[in-house]
Amino acid sequence: MIIKLRYFAWVRERVGKPEEDIEVPSGVATVAELMVWLASRGEEYAHAFANPKVIRAAIDRAHVRPDTVITGAGEIAFFPPMTGG
Amino acid sequence: MTAISTVRLQREPFDAAAEAAKLTHGRTDIGAVVTFTGICRGSEASEPIAALTLEHYPGMAEAEIERHVTEAVGRWPLAGVTVIHRYGRIVPGEDIMMVATASSHRQAAFAAAEFLMDYLKTRAPFWKQVEKADGTTWVEAKATDDAAVERWSAPGRKPEAAE
Repeated sequence: MIIKLRYFAWVRERVGKPEEDIEVPSGVATVAELMVWLASRGEEYAHAFANPKVIRAAIDRAHVRPDTVITGAGEIAFFPPMTGG
Repeated sequence: MTAISTVRLQREPFDAAAEAAKLTHGRTDIGAVVTFTGICRGSEASEPIAALTLEHYPGMAEAEIERHVTEAVGRWPLAGVTVIHRYGRIVPGEDIMMVATASSHRQAAFAAAEFLMDYLKTRAPFWKQVEKADGTTWVEAKATDDAAVERWSAPGRKPEAAE
């Protein structure tokens, strides 16, 4: 399953790129599992996803919880808590 | 009451007074307009700053704001809502964003403006980066903003009733 991943703010800075298309292994079922798997992909990912509790996620531009199943997702975004307004 | 809503994300400055005036132009059924303008401060944690840079998630930011505008229109009798949020580099003294709400009476206009601000702070995908003399840092989300949004989660609950 190929999914477009997008990163914002310090997650983007730590990963070192704003987006990428990634082949996600079939055993990775949820947003939380995807973060654990991403953290294993290298030093920059390990740094970005070191504390998954503080990272928020969106699937196809809607907020989701860590236990959300990623099947069928076209785009998954990871970012820190929002600070607009 | 049919609400006219405007949601805009833009790099360039906006005129908050002119935007608020548009809500009432040619109408006599509106008795109250509440406007909130968020302005870039010249200091962060008592240190001077050179600028703020706002990053956003294009597409999702508009969708999140529009979703909450629709919810506000469903909860209060509003005649109009305007939300404008800038992105990119903003220097101290410049406006960052605005919310304006119009209604027949003040209660709905005040409540809807506060509801929209509380949601924008915690749910709209924007991130502020601070530029200081010694480098850049990301603004951290405040627990008080999360607490502020909680009070709206019980349907029909008025802000005054929040603990």
